[in-house]
Amino acid sequence: MNAVSLKGVSKQFNAGVTALDGIDLDVEPGEFVSLIGPSGCGKSTLLRIIGDLTKPTAGTVQVNGKPAERARRDHEYGIVFQDAVLYDWRTVAKNISLPLELLRWSRTRRNARVKDMMELVELTGFESHHPWQLSGGMQQRVSIARALSFSPTLLLMDEPFGALDEMTRERLNSELLRIWQETSSTVVFVTHSIPEAVFLSTRVVVMSARPGRVAGLVDVDLPQPRTSATREEPRFFELVTRVREQLAAAGAPLGETQEPALVEEPL
Amino acid sequence: MSAIAVEPSRRGIVGALPRAAARALLLPLGLAALWGLWEGYRWLGIRGHWTWPFKVNDTNMPHLSKIWHAFGQPLQPDGPPLRHYLWHYALFTGKEALAGFALGAVIGFLLAVVLAHSTLLRRGLLPYIVVSQTVPILAIAPMVVLGLGTKGVNPWVAVAVIAAYLTFFPVAINTLRGLHSPEPRALELMRSYAAGRWKILWRLRVPASLPYVFSALKISATASVIGAIIGETPASLQGGLGYAIVNFNQYYSTQPANLWATIIACALLGITFFLAVVLLERLVLKRAPEHVA
Repeated sequence: MNAVSLKGVSKQFNAGVTALDGIDLDVEPGEFVSLIGPSGCGKSTLLRIIGDLTKPTAGTVQVNGKPAERARRDHEYGIVFQDAVLYDWRTVAKNISLPLELLRWSRTRRNARVKDMMELVELTGFESHHPWQLSGGMQQRVSIARALSFSPTLLLMDEPFGALDEMTRERLNSELLRIWQETSSTVVFVTHSIPEAVFLSTRVVVMSARPGRVAGLVDVDLPQPRTSATREEPRFFELVTRVREQLAAAGAPLGETQEPALVEEPL
Repeated sequence: MSAIAVEPSRRGIVGALPRAAARALLLPLGLAALWGLWEGYRWLGIRGHWTWPFKVNDTNMPHLSKIWHAFGQPLQPDGPPLRHYLWHYALFTGKEALAGFALGAVIGFLLAVVLAHSTLLRRGLLPYIVVSQTVPILAIAPMVVLGLGTKGVNPWVAVAVIAAYLTFFPVAINTLRGLHSPEPRALELMRSYAAGRWKILWRLRVPASLPYVFSALKISATASVIGAIIGETPASLQGGLGYAIVNFNQYYSTQPANLWATIIACALLGITFFLAVVLLERLVLKRAPEHVA
């Protein structure tokens, strides 16, 4: 059974813009798949379709063998956005236990899990801090801990390190790989950084812009575990070049702009 | 890990002490400045025979010392001093205002919750809620008092209803805004957890709205005192500050200081209400410093 299975997924917005067109993609359990493409290729939209945060216009979406909506209701995935989206009025520990409260876990069980999560993301000692007292990188770790707190098998990440500086980003990349291996989860990761996609992934999905289509797949055969030395291996550069060429072949314009926030009616 | 550090605390012990001293000095300095302005204006006005915007004389602007003195003067020979009456008037009006404030805050909050969940109701009801505030309170107050009076309701409760009428509006409008304040991502996060409306309301919308609610409560706190004072007047209700104002108005030409002393009592009551809300906010609200109004 695939962790994620997309068949003929298309998305059109009201203005007649075709964001995604005929996406077929299967993600196996344990994979780390990155979606990369130019701004406006609909990669974030695709991630939200997998999470049932927006509905596709056509096609079917299955997560762990269930329709996307069922999977969302069954808490099959955790999600991390570009902004940490922590609740200001909650402490770090309370932010992490938010999904556990919604799942009606008992207090003792919640506390034990929060403790584990704090260790996993190496934030022990910051339990009673409030989000605004943390740096951007720390906030994003909290966000990852929150997404993993209820042990979903699938982790959806929407440019989670996009707003961080390069050094923090590389460190969190390594941490994410460690967490991915410790929790043996499946990750679908949206980025527009080619080195980040190659460093993290077992497979990179290259997308073309408007309408968003799968332009190519690159298997990343770099050995695990990956370290900062991995970034200096010739094979790493070969793969970066492969992805770059596929992006260019897909007609990706150079330069980056923010994708428009396409959000459904909030209430 | 080393590059990821927590922001240092903004205030050290060293900086805190002079700051506290400055704060402690601020109140007497402010009062002294007010005294200087009053007496200065008075002195210049009497000297220059100013008639605009009003004639400056002992009746219109008594010496502040006289007003202060009035607090201690008995109203009737051998009776208790004025401050004794004002204290009890303030307690009475304070009771009305507090009941009205609580009633108005609850109604305003509940109204906002209902309106936040229905675009139809929001479109349909909001204009009438706005219109309700354009109706002069002086015109409505007697109707409320008489109407509730025939139902056997205690007059002070009727005055509290009038205070609530002034209170609910800012709370409703601000809370509504606060309930809509969470950013789209925060709502998507809740959706990803398959949280229903109630859970989203209690775990996201209501906590997010609290800074807005407290801004409104600060406005409402003073408005409820004004509402109670104004409500007493057409209700011909005795025993409160509104009654005292009407009463002392009649003796203004001979004893202006009594009315001024009553005005000060009203102001003190309003300030007390305001400070109570500020204190509550400090206790309840844990927010990033830049998000606290």
